[in-house]
Formats: sequence, structure tokens, C-alpha cells
Amino acid sequence: MIDVNVFLGPYPWRQLPGTSPEEVLGAMDRTGIGTAWVSHLPSLFWKDPVAGNGWLFDTVARHPRFWAVAVVHPGMPHWEEDLAEALNRGAVAIRADPGLLGLAPAGPEMLRLARAAGAAGLPLLAAVRLEDSRGRHPLDLAPELAPWAVRAWLRHDSSLRVVVTHADRGFIEEVHYGSTTEESERVWWDLSWVWDPPEDHLAHLLATLGSARFLFGSGQPLRLPETPVARLDLLSLGPADRERIVSGNAAQLATRRSGAT
Amino acid sequence: MLVDVHAHFYHERTGRADWRERNESRLTAGDRIGIDWHVASILSSWGHTSPTYFPSAADLSVANQQLRLLAAEHPTRIKGYVAVNPNFPAHALEEIARGAEAGMIGVKLAASRRADDPLLDPVCEVARDFGLPVLHHVWQHRRHEWPGQEASDGVELCRLAARHPQVNFLLAHLGGGGDWLHTLRAARTHGNVYLDLSGSGVDGGMLDAALSAVGAERLLWGADVTLCTGLAKLRYLERLLPSPEFDLVRGGNAARLFPRGAFP
Repeated sequence: MIDVNVFLGPYPWRQLPGTSPEEVLGAMDRTGIGTAWVSHLPSLFWKDPVAGNGWLFDTVARHPRFWAVAVVHPGMPHWEEDLAEALNRGAVAIRADPGLLGLAPAGPEMLRLARAAGAAGLPLLAAVRLEDSRGRHPLDLAPELAPWAVRAWLRHDSSLRVVVTHADRGFIEEVHYGSTTEESERVWWDLSWVWDPPEDHLAHLLATLGSARFLFGSGQPLRLPETPVARLDLLSLGPADRERIVSGNAAQLATRRSGAT
Repeated sequence: MLVDVHAHFYHERTGRADWRERNESRLTAGDRIGIDWHVASILSSWGHTSPTYFPSAADLSVANQQLRLLAAEHPTRIKGYVAVNPNFPAHALEEIARGAEAGMIGVKLAASRRADDPLLDPVCEVARDFGLPVLHHVWQHRRHEWPGQEASDGVELCRLAARHPQVNFLLAHLGGGGDWLHTLRAARTHGNVYLDLSGSGVDGGMLDAALSAVGAERLLWGADVTLCTGLAKLRYLERLLPSPEFDLVRGGNAARLFPRGAFP
């Protein structure tokens, strides 16, 4: 299994156990996850988040089960160099969470990044949220990502591929049905915030959008990695669809990035 | 034995065309998970003919009756809470008596009146008389008012629990939104307050912290409206806890808390 939604390092808003690389690897072993796309959690909150990328690349070099998702801040001078470094050091994707970066979600900086990521062949990853808004720290006021921003990115550059984590059914459908077929085929969704029985949102989305659009993602260690596994286990899903979701789609995204196929 | 202490069902007057599918989905998923008993309430009309958290007396009577019918249809799988609105005290007491005599095993209080309000005292007294625990909807750390409900938090429920030491309380959905760290501090010194682990929240560290705060003896497994997160928490706890303590959380504590013979 490939978990595309994993963090390393401490969380600023509460004590969070299990954040070291070794502890995350232990949680992956516990839940049968082979590979993780990892972001450096503290740097998401730093003024210059790129300062955490060096640690991330070094960590990934030591642990081959981790693939780096490097932060790029398109509001910083010379951000293009950070994108180039992410490409050169083998990042599987870049991430920019406009709410945490203090950027307009579909403003000129994000759109420039969308174009550059598309040209570089690097998927752009962003989270709708990291925590349930009802439980956030009183000073944690960063806005959640909005569906219209994702639609704007997709429309701005026809080569851009987007991975959105922590989106619920309403968000996913708003982007999917608010996009052309060509646009909606360039966005992938993780399972971390899509509910199963009794509302059966995930079953509904798989029936209507198809398994090609979904990736296995947990949000660990902020959230239990057992959750997306449980979600899949409660579905009546054929082996081919399950394989696509747990690894095939993510592997294809990564392969296309490296240009191997 | 695996008991979901926080389940919900629907009926034909809840305004959902798919109410049968949702009920069936819960039961089917429950079978996959291995749930032996769904201890459930129906939140009146779920907003269809009166607000979900401020239900009319008439809607509550219909919902409780529908739940009794559902339990009768599934006598080895479903048990019921009597849902009441303490703003209608006489109705609440009559409903609890009617429900208890018909085999319902708990009282459900949602968010029609703050948990520490004196209007809840007669409800708790009649629950004590019938030997029923009280499941109370809780917003984990209510920092302000929220629309659509008069939500209570752990501190407020613990005030009520301190006034009624002979009644056991289920503090609802620790994972159901809000700051559970605040709740854990509130509940740790109140031995008659049990934490229901249900809700969509699967925050890393939450279950470990709950165990540290109140011990396995005061944790109850449940799912509420997201059975997938319930299954995830169950699997995490299975790795975390020695078997005897895991069995307590799965259903042993529930068997002790609900009336004797509730889960034959």
C-alpha cells in the first residue's frame, strides 16, 4: 500500500505522539503500508517552509520507504529554485497549502506555481484541512482550502496534476462536476476524509467517479492510519479496484513524474 | 461481545427517502465489523418536522416508538435509548417510563438544554429509579454557542454527574468534534462518567490520552454515524490493550453499565 498523506515531525498545536520517522515506519508496519509520501509537518507552519525540505530529503535518503513531498512557497523570492531542487532531489510531488502560506488560494502566486508544477511534471498536493475545524487550537485560524481554488488551478494549466487530501464528498463532487472531463481526470483524492457506512459516501463516489480518481491516504500521525484500511474493508470492492486505490494510482502518478513511462 | 453504545437509525418520517438503505447499511457494516448489539436512538424526526436538537414532544414519541418497533424486528441486534427533551418534563418522564417498561435500556439527552440545568434533574432521577444510564450529547470544549443546538461540554456534564452519583453517564462521542483534551481533564475525577469513543475523529494520540485519563474501565466503544472510524479505533485499541482491558472497552463495560440482562 502507498499512503500519499503522511507527516513527519511535531505539530505546533498539540502534543502529538508518533511523529519521528522510526515511529511512523512502525505505524506503517502495523497497518500494512509499504510506502509513504511524506511532508515535514513543522515546516508547513514556518514563515519560510522550504527550510524544512533539506531535513526531509535527508530523511527520505535514509529511509527508502519514504518519498518526499517538498513544500514550495510561491510567494517567496526565487521559489523557482526550490521547485527545481525538489525535482532534482526526487520529490514525488510538491505541496503548497495556500491557507497555511497566507496566500490567496487562486491568486497569482498559486497560479504561477500551478503552471510551473505542470511544466515540471510534478503533482501539486494540497490539504483541505489538517484537523476537524471544531477541534482546532483557538489561534489556528488558517482558512480551509476551497473547491473553487482547485478548479482554478486545473483550468489554469492543462498539464497540471493535483492531489487533494482531507476532502469530503461535497468538496470532491463540487470539483469533479465543476470541471470538464479532461480537467477532472487530472485530480486525485485521498480517502482520509470520506465517510463509509451508514452514509456510504465512499461507496457512492467510487460508483460515480470510479476508482481511478482515488488514492490511499491517512493523514497519519495526525490521524490513525487504521482508518483508510477500515474504510476499504467495509466496501464491497473488487480486487482490481482495491489495488488501484491502495497503490496502483499512486504508483502511476509517481512513475509519470519520473518520466519512466 | 462487541457493543456499539452510540448508534442511530431513521424512520419513514425523518424526511430521508433513503432511510431504509441507511438502516440496512448500518446493520450490514455492523455484521462485517462483528457488532453484536447496536444500542441506538432515533433523534426524533432528524429535523424534518422539528429541529434535531430541539425536538417536539410529538416527534420524540414517534421516534421512540419507531425504535421499539425496530428493536422488536431485530431482537438479537438492536437495543434502544429513550430520547427525551427536558424542556417538556412531564412528557420526558412518561416517555422514559414507557420505554423502560418496553425494554429500552438507556436515556438519550441531546442538546435541548444545557447539561447542568436543573431541568435535567428529574430526568436523571427517573433514570436512576429505572436503573438506566444516560447518554448525553457533548461538544468537546464548547468555547461559544453553536447554531442549532444548546450544546454542553464535559465540564457541564460532569456537574450534572456530580449531582447524581447513583446514575451512570455516557459522555457522547469523544471523537465527535471539539477539543477532547478539555473533556479528558474534566472527566478524570468523575467515576460515574464513561467516555464513548464514537465520532468521525480519529486523532492520533486521542485513544492513548483517554486511557491515561480514565482507564479502560471507563471507555466504551461506539461508532455514531461513521462506522469506518469506529472500526479503525477498534483495531488500534486491539493492538494497544491487553486482552482483558480490550474486552472491557468492546462490551464488558457496557454490560456492567446497562441494566442486567440487557445483552442476553
